[in-house]
Amino acid sequence: MEDTEDLIELCLLMGKIMQQNGAETYRVEDTMTRIAQSFGRDESQSYVTPTGIMFTISPGAHAKLVRVSARETNLEKVNLANNVSRKIASGEMSTQVAYKELRKIETSPTDYSMRMQIIAATLASGFFTIMFQGSWYDFLPACLAGGLGFIALINFIRLFEIKFVAEFVASLLIGFTAFSLFSFGIGKEVDKIVVGSIMPLVPGLLITNAVRDLMAGHLISGLAKGAEAFLTAFAIGAGIAVMFALF
Amino acid sequence: MLIEYAIASFFASAAFGIIYQAPRNTIIKCGLVGMIGWVIYISLVWGEVDSVPATLIASFVIAMVSQMLARIYKTPMIIFSVPGIIPLVPGSLAYDSMRSFVQNDYSVAISIAAKAFMISGAIAFGLVFSEVLNQIIKKIRQTKAQLR
Repeated sequence: MEDTEDLIELCLLMGKIMQQNGAETYRVEDTMTRIAQSFGRDESQSYVTPTGIMFTISPGAHAKLVRVSARETNLEKVNLANNVSRKIASGEMSTQVAYKELRKIETSPTDYSMRMQIIAATLASGFFTIMFQGSWYDFLPACLAGGLGFIALINFIRLFEIKFVAEFVASLLIGFTAFSLFSFGIGKEVDKIVVGSIMPLVPGLLITNAVRDLMAGHLISGLAKGAEAFLTAFAIGAGIAVMFALF
Repeated sequence: MLIEYAIASFFASAAFGIIYQAPRNTIIKCGLVGMIGWVIYISLVWGEVDSVPATLIASFVIAMVSQMLARIYKTPMIIFSVPGIIPLVPGSLAYDSMRSFVQNDYSVAISIAAKAFMISGAIAFGLVFSEVLNQIIKKIRQTKAQLR
């Protein structure tokens, strides 16, 4: 019986890591089912939503629940978890070893330093301005606004613990930087600068995933992700709108 | 001009790879996937294709390339498709529509928002189509193998 409990815990931890770091809902369910199958449990059932995962190993057995509270996108963790699941499927890893490995992945620090992420967001803002048909005059102001906005976002998320407030404040700062730089004569089109620099905040991935989950029949997941995306878009829009009204 | 957009989309997608913490050795490939998608999209738009079908085709190609890379490097597909799809995301439309809402220009705002929604749908459809195609190819191969 102990073995069964270990297996359930393993499946749940795998699902939690994947769901927390941006894997698709169907892939989370699929991976959990496959792990159970590779240990000869063909009748497992899982129910995955963005905020919690339920899993039962066989009909008549008890079901366990794990809560997913924080969601982010960390593709490295998804990749590492995927490697573990491959090894389990090919029989190279026992439940205990796999569980320890997953615990390590769950708590491992991020691969890129804060500074590097900020630099990435800064450059992304500038290049998005170019992609949206802005001129090279808009490149630097967009970098500045986008970089400051991203710094504000990661710091305020710790401070407020409500993501949407942090997003609102970050976009206030972006709007302020872009509009004031523009009023000093730096940059050609303020619209292009703002569009580029809000891109690191925009919930584009969430919107796309939401539509995709809905199409795959994961209706609850789709609606939940859609709601999250809408709130983020609203927070960004509201922040920029305030600056619009002021300038 | 196309080269300018290609370079910009390469760096933008690679930068998003870093923000989304893609494994270090995949960052350049993420940039390339994003570049391929954006070059296809922008060439179609310049060839006067509507932006919704252009997005659909570009995201389909992105998903196919990502699937290929995923198979070669034995990683989940989303490592390449997520940063690659970012340039197509209708961020500027979402902003334009929000701006029109603020300026009380509701009819314009709603029509732009609808367009943004259509484009998100096109991205999702492109991803799903490529997956369906992939599954069909897999099934055909399986049945061929069984027939032998």
